[in-house]
Amino acid sequence: MKTEDTAHNEGPSAFAQAAELELRGVSKLYPGQREPAIKELSLTVPAGEVCVLVGPSGSGKTTAMRLINRLIPISGGDILLGGESVLEREPKALRREIGYVIQQIGLFPHQTVGENIATVPRLLGWEEKRIGERVDELLALIDLDPAEMRTRYPSQLSGGQRQRVGVARALAADPPLMLMDEPFGAIDPINRARLQDEFLRLQAQVKKTVVFVTHDIDEAIKMGDRIAILREGGVLAQYDTPQEILTRPADSFVAQFVGADRGLKRLALTTLAELKLIEPNGLRPDESADGARRVPRETSVRDALSTLLSAGGQPLTVIDGEGRVEGLVTLTLVEQLLSEEAANANANGNGNGNGNGNAADGG
Amino acid sequence: MHEFIEAFKFIAHNGAVAGRPGLPTLTHLALETLRVGAIGVAISIVIAVPIGVWLGHVHRGSFVAINLGNIGRALPSLAVLAIGDAFLGLGLTVVELALVILAVPPIITNSYLAVDGVDRDLVDAAKGMGMSEGEILRRVELPLAVPLIFAGIRTAAVFVVSTTTIASLAGFSGSLGDVIANETSYHFSGVLGAAICVAALALAVEGALTLVQRALTPRGLLLAEPRRGRVRVADAMPA
Amino acid sequence: MASVSLAAAGPVIPDYSAQSSSCVVHNHLFCTDWISHNFSPILWPALRQHILLALAAVAIGFAISMALALAAHRYRRLERPTILVTTFLYTIPSLALFELLVAPVGPNVFSAEIALVSYTLLILFRNILTGLRAVPAEVLDAAEGMGMSRRQALWRVELPLALPAIVAGLRIAVVTIIALATIVYTIYDAGLGVPIHTALGEGPFKTELIAAGGLAILLALLSDALLVGVQRLLTPWARTRAS
Repeated sequence: MKTEDTAHNEGPSAFAQAAELELRGVSKLYPGQREPAIKELSLTVPAGEVCVLVGPSGSGKTTAMRLINRLIPISGGDILLGGESVLEREPKALRREIGYVIQQIGLFPHQTVGENIATVPRLLGWEEKRIGERVDELLALIDLDPAEMRTRYPSQLSGGQRQRVGVARALAADPPLMLMDEPFGAIDPINRARLQDEFLRLQAQVKKTVVFVTHDIDEAIKMGDRIAILREGGVLAQYDTPQEILTRPADSFVAQFVGADRGLKRLALTTLAELKLIEPNGLRPDESADGARRVPRETSVRDALSTLLSAGGQPLTVIDGEGRVEGLVTLTLVEQLLSEEAANANANGNGNGNGNGNAADGG
Repeated sequence: MHEFIEAFKFIAHNGAVAGRPGLPTLTHLALETLRVGAIGVAISIVIAVPIGVWLGHVHRGSFVAINLGNIGRALPSLAVLAIGDAFLGLGLTVVELALVILAVPPIITNSYLAVDGVDRDLVDAAKGMGMSEGEILRRVELPLAVPLIFAGIRTAAVFVVSTTTIASLAGFSGSLGDVIANETSYHFSGVLGAAICVAALALAVEGALTLVQRALTPRGLLLAEPRRGRVRVADAMPA
Repeated sequence: MASVSLAAAGPVIPDYSAQSSSCVVHNHLFCTDWISHNFSPILWPALRQHILLALAAVAIGFAISMALALAAHRYRRLERPTILVTTFLYTIPSLALFELLVAPVGPNVFSAEIALVSYTLLILFRNILTGLRAVPAEVLDAAEGMGMSRRQALWRVELPLALPAIVAGLRIAVVTIIALATIVYTIYDAGLGVPIHTALGEGPFKTELIAAGGLAILLALLSDALLVGVQRLLTPWARTRAS
């Protein structure tokens, strides 16, 4: 299998692999059904990027994912992983090279956390010593104390811990591709947000190619480098970056699916650091405008807007990590941002904008 | 094969043996077996169902209720009869006592599991609609528990038929087992014929009670999808 | 009418010659001296045979049931006919089944074992199949998704998870077979039924009745306890709950 470690100079050496995934005209017709579940699906996920498959129920997103590791036989088209067709691979060997995380997690209740994580390395016949080291490394990676957690059983873990162990288990043999089917779907909203943040942090380290299935557009926007929106019947409605999808939905279905509040969602993708802030006239770096609220520069514009509104429209002081004032943000500034983007969108129509390009050339 | 032909002749002659007048007919012995067994089952139901249902209703005593079933199985019929014989001398009373000792545990276990296993959400809903404990038991728990309770009674009944015949080995007379225990008078053809009758009787009891159980099962339950099997140490056995 | 036939002319005191104590002569409820004299020559051989009869029956029954359950696990339509046949066998009273087998097989150990094995089948088949079916779908999905073969999933995931149900079935089977093996003596001279039968013919001789009957019950209860221990050892995950 071709590996591309160019993107991974920051990650730990044991996470060396990521491969480009390409779906070419993939179709799935279940026996006895007239309409295909997946119709002519083509998209490319660059190595090391997260592609979120999102859509309403019946859009075939989970089917599409399970075609990739051949849990479901494909009806037409081809799937290439690292340039090689998965159809030419022995299914079991293929699956051992693809990390697999599901909503119900599916940890083996009769095995300890350590044994669970060691599943695929054992199937691959690694030496016990190497397996042990790998388990400890992965536990540390997901912030669980190896000495304490290795010998626990899944029934002794919290829901969030189980899900993290599920991710660690999928990462165990350093797969070039991870498939994640609504991995956080069964977790309460607060812990879900925490797990999402953790996964993004983890992904920044391991830089896997990830196919992530969800029905939650907000999760898609948060997790995805790219989002593939599927409509009923397994037809690809739009495949683009979150920013593009929010700014320029391909059609009314996408617009409706991402929601009427897509302007707000877009604001969530931009941080204050990316704005051209108003000069803090005459203010010393350690001072704020009389009693104005201070917000860190990493705050999203959406959260800043919310704060602005609750502060009665009073400007906010934006500060950097050391508490120095960077500038002010006002309602007018946010309005400007929105209208600029709208103008931008109209000028470019539905074509490519902002150099984000289409599927294959990113990353 | 010859032995089976002779055995069926014995059955056809209703248990008459040439040169041995005065032996009871097979019909009489079969009816006696049923009578002795029915008394035992009836007493066991009166004792065991209320205990099992009550334990299940209050969700208490699971350890006792479940392990009782296993202990009941651990008691060899012959040993129970023999020990009863040693203490009290063998008679109808001791046979019935043995039958009750053997039949009570499976009925308690099944009644307990039946009522204890009623969906707690249903009970909660009934409570929420203002039903009293008695109403919950009568109108929700019992109707849903009837099939499983009856499965326990069926288990016990087949157990009892078997034990009633074994009582003949211990010297009690008044069942089809008498023929099997008395090869001298009946010859092997008679023993085999009686064995066939005993097997047929047990299967008939099992079959009849299965039909009754089906009739007692609420229609809604028959229509519902079968539940995924729950693993229990002493699951109800259709024995 | 039910009546007692054996209480003919008072107890027939067994002739244990030199060993006959006054307790034995008067046929008191339980004579410890008789036990101490007759454990090795009478009770122990019967107990040993009893254990062997039961062990062989459960072992053979387990092998057959496992094969049947694995087949029915894979091919669902095998379940109903198997249940039907094994229920049929299970329902036939032991005394009758032993005699029914004597005709074609003869009054020997094979008849005894065939009958005992046939009583294990329903119990073990049902429990093994229930255990295999109770493995959560997502666990199997994960196993397949990680690249386990059918055989690997069976050995590493399904059978271990079915273990509690399998052992539960073994407990029931062992206890049932130990109880039924007391009837074996009617066709084959072995097991604890032999001393029970002797004692019944001798009056009855109470000490021997209670000792042999008690040993059968004790054996069943001890085997059950032993299997509970085995299960706890084999399924450490079942003991731990979120702390």
